Amino acid sequence: MYNQTEIIKDTTELGPEGELVVNMGPQHPATHGVLHLVVTLNGETIKKIEPHLGYIHRSIEKMCESLTYRQFIYVTSRMDYLSSHINNTACALLVEKGMQIEVPERAKVVRTILNELTRIASHELWIGAMAMDLGAFTPFFYAFREREMITEIMEDTCGARLTMNYIVPSGLMYDIHPEFQTKVKAFIKQFKEKVTEYEDLVTGNIIFQSRTKGVGVLTPEDAISYGCSGPVARASGVSCDMRKIAPYDAYDKVEFDEIIETAGDSFARYMVRVKEMNQSIRIIEQLIDNIPEGDFVGKTKNVLKLNKGEFYQRVETARGELGVYVVSEGGTTPYRIKFRSPGFSNLSVLDHIANGSKIGDLMATMGTLDLVIPDIDR
Amino acid sequence: MTNEEIKAYISSHAPEATFDETGEWLNITVDANSLKSLTTALLGQPMEMNYLFNLTCVDWKNHLTMVYHLSSTIHRHPIVLKVNLDRNTPSIETLCFTWRTAEMLEREVFEMFGVQFLNHPDLRNLILEEETPKGIDASKGYWPLRKDFEDPINMIKL
Repeated sequence: MYNQTEIIKDTTELGPEGELVVNMGPQHPATHGVLHLVVTLNGETIKKIEPHLGYIHRSIEKMCESLTYRQFIYVTSRMDYLSSHINNTACALLVEKGMQIEVPERAKVVRTILNELTRIASHELWIGAMAMDLGAFTPFFYAFREREMITEIMEDTCGARLTMNYIVPSGLMYDIHPEFQTKVKAFIKQFKEKVTEYEDLVTGNIIFQSRTKGVGVLTPEDAISYGCSGPVARASGVSCDMRKIAPYDAYDKVEFDEIIETAGDSFARYMVRVKEMNQSIRIIEQLIDNIPEGDFVGKTKNVLKLNKGEFYQRVETARGELGVYVVSEGGTTPYRIKFRSPGFSNLSVLDHIANGSKIGDLMATMGTLDLVIPDIDR
Repeated sequence: MTNEEIKAYISSHAPEATFDETGEWLNITVDANSLKSLTTALLGQPMEMNYLFNLTCVDWKNHLTMVYHLSSTIHRHPIVLKVNLDRNTPSIETLCFTWRTAEMLEREVFEMFGVQFLNHPDLRNLILEEETPKGIDASKGYWPLRKDFEDPINMIKL
């Protein structure tokens, strides 16, 4: 990491071919967090982008080694804070896999509904923030109007708006709110009416289209080689939806389409996320009237001990494939834990796809990668 | 592709490979010397293991184990490659020319475990600071995710 004098030296120092090094971040409005990009420019053309990470590194993997299997779930809410619910689910699924616990059907269905609500909330925030990066201010307020309904549902059900911590191994922490179904239905109704507004405001906007079409093109081969996942890879035509490949919770009982675009540019990544929100609504609609009665949490011992061995759980977060790898020695704490975060791999492709484009296009490219910095730094 | 076919294919490229089928996926332990040629073979036909979805390291106190989670976006048969390394002078061939995602993942393993990746184009710290923080004796190595690491300033043990 640079100290202050080095930053000044670097920004003023001209390279051998008249190249200029610009430090973007760690405090930059478009990085949405503390990401430091050292951008080498020749005129306005990007020659090289070098990410410097670690400004929000909290050593979550080392921390988890001294936390029990009930405690470590709550740390993961702070990783990808926009899909904290899905992170919690991944950890709970891993513990259930390691201990072979059966989860009640009711918990599975509620988890799936909440996961999809989280995905919509995350994509809503992304649309608002990305449009604002590209100079459109209004979509932010439109997107946050619907997102507010989801955060209110979360607040009623889980007691928190962002770091939900609602999932425990073998089920849910407590039962759903009595008005949960009514509120979710009200949200679905409003979302279906209002989603066309984004389409009118953003998708058909000629300025938005000309700023994103053909910008930051990622080929399918590179997407796979760089380990991209989620909407970034699907916009390049790579089928990688973990909900389809390795279904968990109630995803094997619902019908939905995996959205795949083939253009691979920033506009395709935008379209994938917009269409994914509609698919999430489709999943919720199938489940919301069919929440089974029964227990919301299975019976487990107070102290959880995983079997000896190695366990890996893959889930699909709003940003891509999250992997939790645990090496267990049979004790109450993990021996080694590793989080394969989707943002980390998606960031590594930034240098490759932004290389040769103009610095103004970097906003569109970086925005559509949907980077969440605590997820990358861990 | 079944596990038996994968085993036969890997044994033909790395005869010393040992297999473990107790977990969810097939675990394969190979020597560090044969890793480079084996991974190149896995990337091509018929295995087409083009997706490296996780790369990490585990400290077993007397040796280090590199863990590679591989899959194919065509055949979807995840496997786990493992390589045991000497804990005092760990070094292994880089895989970033086979899978580009390995470049940043290997930089993380380098700073957290002290594993030297041979022929890596840019082996520097990624997340941690370049210089050792004050108050830490770096003469014996400064690798936070190893089991014997103690940080006197920022206690993370509960």
